[in-house]
Amino acid sequence: MGLRIIVLAKQVPDTRNVGKDAMKADGTVNRAALAAIFNPEDLNALEQALRLKDRYKGSTVTLLTMGPTRAADIIREGLFRGADGGYLLTDRAFAGSDTLATSYALSCAIRKIKDYDLIIAGRQAIDGDTAQVGPQVAEKLGLPQITYAEEILSAEKGKIKIKRRLERGVETVESPYPAVITVNGSAAACRPRSAKLLMKYKHARTMSERQTQSEDYIAQTGDRAYLHIAEWGVNDVETDSKWLGLTGSPTKVKTIENVVFQAKESKILSSSDSDIEGLIQELILNHTIGG
Amino acid sequence: MANFFTDNSDLLFHLKHPLMKKIVALKERDFADKDKFDYAPLDFEDAMDSYEKVLEIVGEICGDIVAPNAESVDAEGPRIVNNEVIYAKGTQENLDALVKAGLMGITLPRKYEGLNFPIVPYIMAADIVSRADAGFVNIWGLQDCAETINEFADEDQKQRFLPRISNGETAAMDLTEPDAGSDLQAVQLKATLNEKDGKWYLNGVKRFITNGDGDISLVLARSEAGTSDGRGLSMFIYDRNHRAVTVRRIENKMGIKGSPTCELVFKDAPAELVGERKLGLIKYVMALMNGARLGIGAQAVGLSEAAYREALAYAEERKQFGKAIIGFPAVYEMLGLMKAKLDASRTLLYETSRYVDVYKSYMHLSEERTLTKEERDDMKTYQKLADYFTPLLKGMTSEYCNQLAYDSLQIHGGSGFMKDYPIERIYRDARITTIYEGTTQLQVVSAIRGVTNGALLNRIREFEVMPLQPELHGLRRTLIGMTEEYEKTVKHLADIRDNEYLDFHARRLVEMAGHIIMGYLLLLDTERDDRFRTSTEIYIRYGRAENKARAEYISNFSINDLGFFKPN
Repeated sequence: MGLRIIVLAKQVPDTRNVGKDAMKADGTVNRAALAAIFNPEDLNALEQALRLKDRYKGSTVTLLTMGPTRAADIIREGLFRGADGGYLLTDRAFAGSDTLATSYALSCAIRKIKDYDLIIAGRQAIDGDTAQVGPQVAEKLGLPQITYAEEILSAEKGKIKIKRRLERGVETVESPYPAVITVNGSAAACRPRSAKLLMKYKHARTMSERQTQSEDYIAQTGDRAYLHIAEWGVNDVETDSKWLGLTGSPTKVKTIENVVFQAKESKILSSSDSDIEGLIQELILNHTIGG
Repeated sequence: MANFFTDNSDLLFHLKHPLMKKIVALKERDFADKDKFDYAPLDFEDAMDSYEKVLEIVGEICGDIVAPNAESVDAEGPRIVNNEVIYAKGTQENLDALVKAGLMGITLPRKYEGLNFPIVPYIMAADIVSRADAGFVNIWGLQDCAETINEFADEDQKQRFLPRISNGETAAMDLTEPDAGSDLQAVQLKATLNEKDGKWYLNGVKRFITNGDGDISLVLARSEAGTSDGRGLSMFIYDRNHRAVTVRRIENKMGIKGSPTCELVFKDAPAELVGERKLGLIKYVMALMNGARLGIGAQAVGLSEAAYREALAYAEERKQFGKAIIGFPAVYEMLGLMKAKLDASRTLLYETSRYVDVYKSYMHLSEERTLTKEERDDMKTYQKLADYFTPLLKGMTSEYCNQLAYDSLQIHGGSGFMKDYPIERIYRDARITTIYEGTTQLQVVSAIRGVTNGALLNRIREFEVMPLQPELHGLRRTLIGMTEEYEKTVKHLADIRDNEYLDFHARRLVEMAGHIIMGYLLLLDTERDDRFRTSTEIYIRYGRAENKARAEYISNFSINDLGFFKPN
């Protein structure tokens, strides 16, 4: 029996290639100046899911993303790499969500999807760097959570075995599933898009996209069920509006300031293997290298 | 996060050539596959969009994986373990990524699990891969062998071997031997038909075999005992699963070090005959070779692109005498000419690819239905063009890529001579392109026929009357003048009626034709997009001066002067 895997993925502004116009005068992120990309660690998560699918016949990988209409790109990017389908959670009611409201909306959607064995997400998104959504989803669904996963070693007989990357080493843990796993950037990079899957799924569209785009291909491909990306609004998912969007978000942004780093602190490292390894791990963990 | 396709918009320009409409129509035949395969295009625009998007995948893999691996692959190289080839770590990573992306049977029909792409986007992928790592393209590009199987093997063989290549198995073409390099008629590897089991067995040695330990090999062998020339040779498929070939050594090369160049020992290796006996060299290898030469053209263009980019980046960054060296005429005149040669090479590459596309598509179409007379004539026209342009392309672009590598290293100064910059690797990698798949001198032997029988001149005359905006007429007049000079020089040599004398000057004539043809192609590119204006201006000026020198040399030469050169 295959595994039913949900991958949580987010479309984020590409903060890794920040140019001069990345910030507006008021200190907020100028989203128009930054390309919208698949959150890097969510790609690591997707790869772990696809590896399980390769390994356990009959497994399925389904993406779940919340965002504006254009976040359907995330589902398509997943399909191009081997995912079986996806859901776009999109509604004005979700706008302004902090991590709490986001994890609430996602967990409601997951309840609606209902049948799943594993939920895999990236450790954190590069726009917020909170690493809260994955663990919060686990709490809301009452599931075990395994964070900082670097490799999912096996998922057999109701038990999942995972290698975790921690500050000072690795740890292998076991957990029953269903469970939520958040994957570290040090995990294997995601596979490239497949040429055939890209050509198969490039016309996949959500209902909103079908309505706003006058593409001939929509008429030609309307009867191909796999080209319909499921799109859920607030009315498609059972929710309590007080936990949604701005209302459901206790986090309030007081001010935003541009931080200029200054080299005040210094550390002396020797050329020993352990110091070098420690530095590399530190640089990976604080995003300087490795994704 | 680099993408070697999207960061070079010249590629998209060449992909979108008007002739693609005809090529796609021939290749997709009313888009009949769209109801059979979920990845088949719905119409022309959809097909073009697919090529572009798939090339974006190639560009991404090359920018993010293949190019960053190039240095370590060059240092590590392949090795032999238990008579088998183990690739460098980076080579294996590159290959895995391209296999996962499904980029191994790009031109094969969908029924053999290929992408059914035309040659143009395939060659463009090769151009991109070569820029990233010119050694690696040899392994990936051997999917050319599949095209030969598709053309000449029987249906049963196609069904057994082609899907394996589409799904990522690698190939090799085993032609050369210790005493049969340029002269393939001398091939000795013995193919024996065992009367008992009705199977062929191969015995002997092959040498200088790229990716010799590939999964599926095309082997040229002597099937007719007692013969000594090309008519006794046949083509065979050897399947690595038989484990009857050992890799005796891997050559220690100057460049393209990631590509394993093997010496192979065949010991009663079971093999299957491809097509008919005795046609191995005279028909099949010639087809294989033309495909491979087009591939070397792509390799040369990719290397030129890499060399140019390295030179430009260095010249902009390096400061001497208080300013970036690109500000000095001695440097920017080199860079301008490099870019012109690069653009000239690339336009010739895609022009030739289109000719091959048209005639091969007709050829495959003819397997399904009888062609009309017009279609047959059209096929022949394009086949002839492909036959003359392929050696011209291989000869000119491989020489140019070496010139670009040389000049790029020169711009780097002392730093370029060190192992610290990629240019020293590019310089070493470029060197083989004028040698393998037929040396430049042998390309001249093939291309000179197009000079003497007037085929290249006819094509030039067709270019001459293509519509151009008024401001480009001046450049065309220059090319018309160059053409008159070329015609006069060819006639002068033809009138002497001495083959040795003609051979002596052949390269000069072929290059004269090449300068005119590439000048026209650049001019036509400029008609479509003004970005090529500068390169066109530079290249035509350069070509005119080069041709004058050649014409001058030939006209001041007499047949008796050969004596100065002849060995005693």
